[in-house]
Amino acid sequence: MFWLTEEQIRRYSRHIILPEVGGKGQRRLMVSKVLLVGLGGLGSPAALYLAAAGVGTLGLVDFDTVELSNLQRQVIHTTQDLGKPKVVSARETINAINPDVRVEQWPERISAANIREIIQDFDVVLDGTDNFATRFLLNDACVLMGKPLVYGAVFRFEGQVSVFLPKEGPCYRCFVPQMPPPGSVPSCQEAGVLGILPGIIGLIQATETLKLLLGIGKPLVGRLLLFDALEMEFQELRLRRDPLCPACGEESRIEELADYEFSCEVSAHRSGAS
Amino acid sequence: MSVLVRIPTPLRRFVDGNSVLEAQGQTVSQVLGYLSQRYPGVVQRLYDGGSLRPFINIYLNNEDIRFLQGEGTAVKDGDVISIVPAIAGG
Repeated sequence: MFWLTEEQIRRYSRHIILPEVGGKGQRRLMVSKVLLVGLGGLGSPAALYLAAAGVGTLGLVDFDTVELSNLQRQVIHTTQDLGKPKVVSARETINAINPDVRVEQWPERISAANIREIIQDFDVVLDGTDNFATRFLLNDACVLMGKPLVYGAVFRFEGQVSVFLPKEGPCYRCFVPQMPPPGSVPSCQEAGVLGILPGIIGLIQATETLKLLLGIGKPLVGRLLLFDALEMEFQELRLRRDPLCPACGEESRIEELADYEFSCEVSAHRSGAS
Repeated sequence: MSVLVRIPTPLRRFVDGNSVLEAQGQTVSQVLGYLSQRYPGVVQRLYDGGSLRPFINIYLNNEDIRFLQGEGTAVKDGDVISIVPAIAGG
């Protein structure tokens, strides 16, 4: 066990005075490790707040570089970061917010070949990816390795959030059993997204992540939260574990990971968030 | 039976921009058929041939119809059906 420095006590004082967090909870956050897969619309706000909250280690995975069209929503990157790898730009912002945070970075696509090694040391994985193939792969790896996966997805004015806790609740593929065929679901690039929307959804993901790390409250396990920005409405639906799920079903446990093929009509991005 | 159907944003342009529609039917399948008749653009978004597309989940109140009696699930007055397509943006 370690003790907080005087500076850390001041920095985290608004957490420490919460009975649900306290000094013990804050120290727990400081030894926790969260993996952010995708540093786009969802991963950016989540990374900012998880860094500010003092999560000890943030793992960053994204193969992409910062483009001008990202800046309308990917708030961890700035105009000065154009052309930089997103993991580098995000690391610089995280370090500026909170030098206590250790950053591990993977400027690469996740694939069946590298995903186990990347996620193995993390306590919670936050899905900020932008395509079905990567979401399927990430889900399968988390089921296989027993890692909590905090799911979020956005489209135009609408978002979805849930928490997939292996063995205790449904997984992503209980919810989306089959990948939509290419072209059947437009990507954000084709359809647009209100810039603030992934901020809201990404921060709900960050909130669920902190709750899991602290062991407080009621996580979104078995619950799908839908958000509609146009109507300004939240709706909660029940997600059930599918006994026939190809990933976590009783008879179909995954033993090997496979890459999934999925190409958007316009975007051919396989991992990372554009 | 008269039920409400919640329309997700990707489908709203096929239903004159409405986010909620009133529809009639005894089962989920009849309610979706009622909608498809009035708004033909919805049909090919929801169905592939005769069956619902697997990446479109239909909820009756808060339950996924896959865990009820599927499209044959009976509805009552005042029920709410939600159409929830898979989305992947990040």
